[in-house]
Amino acid sequence: MDRIPILKFGNALLVTIQVDMHDRLATALEEDLTSKIVEYGAKGVLIDISALEIVDSFIGRMLDNIAAVSRILDADTVVVGMRPAVAITLVELGLSLTGVKTALNVERGMALIHARLKTSDSEDDDAED
Amino acid sequence: MTTPKIERLDIRSSDDVVRVRQLARTLALGAGLSLVDQTKIITAASELARNTLDYGGGGFVVAELVEASGRRGLRLTFEDKGPGIPDIDAALKDGFTTGKGMGLGLGGARRLSNEFSIHSKPGEGTKVVIARWK
Repeated sequence: MDRIPILKFGNALLVTIQVDMHDRLATALEEDLTSKIVEYGAKGVLIDISALEIVDSFIGRMLDNIAAVSRILDADTVVVGMRPAVAITLVELGLSLTGVKTALNVERGMALIHARLKTSDSEDDDAED
Repeated sequence: MTTPKIERLDIRSSDDVVRVRQLARTLALGAGLSLVDQTKIITAASELARNTLDYGGGGFVVAELVEASGRRGLRLTFEDKGPGIPDIDAALKDGFTTGKGMGLGLGGARRLSNEFSIHSKPGEGTKVVIARWK
């Protein structure tokens, strides 16, 4: 079965969704990300959805689930690159993704994750003192 | 590229749900819908195709390019021979679900369309028609 690739850099994971996902692919991504967060001890997950023409309730729920699971596993999820028409449609559909952190683009999303990494680094330093 | 005026597609797997989205997109482009309206009708089509698959046990969609009083649009008719919906008013409410979804499908699809109608008989199946006009 097809899989969405998950890239690791530093303490973060990067996913760029570039295909029109069928539901099984979305579910597989959710499972893969969860195990990679644990495997790499990732502190941040960046999901780029700029190529997605639509986000329906299934994909919206997947994003919500990934954010919730990663939070429990001590990682922050940031969804970036949502198209304006997708945002309008999602709200009208009734999904406001309240549990998901978002940023306009990859750069800003990375900045959010880095800010979080710095905080947790200094917490680690404090612990050593 | 020539846009088909009418096309029928079976909905038997989650790959077919993706195909329904692609078909809706082609017709929405053909009808000349704005980007936001395209996105809305494709999303509505995705929700209804998934309902047909998950709750109706599969079925089909008929997608048409339509024209009325000088306006172009597209109409999608989803049909299944599944168990049907005993209480349609309840099923249209957000949060109503008998399955694994979030219960946004029917109500959401109605909000995302200009026209929406549903006919369902327990034991016989469900037919949902949506349209979006330019």
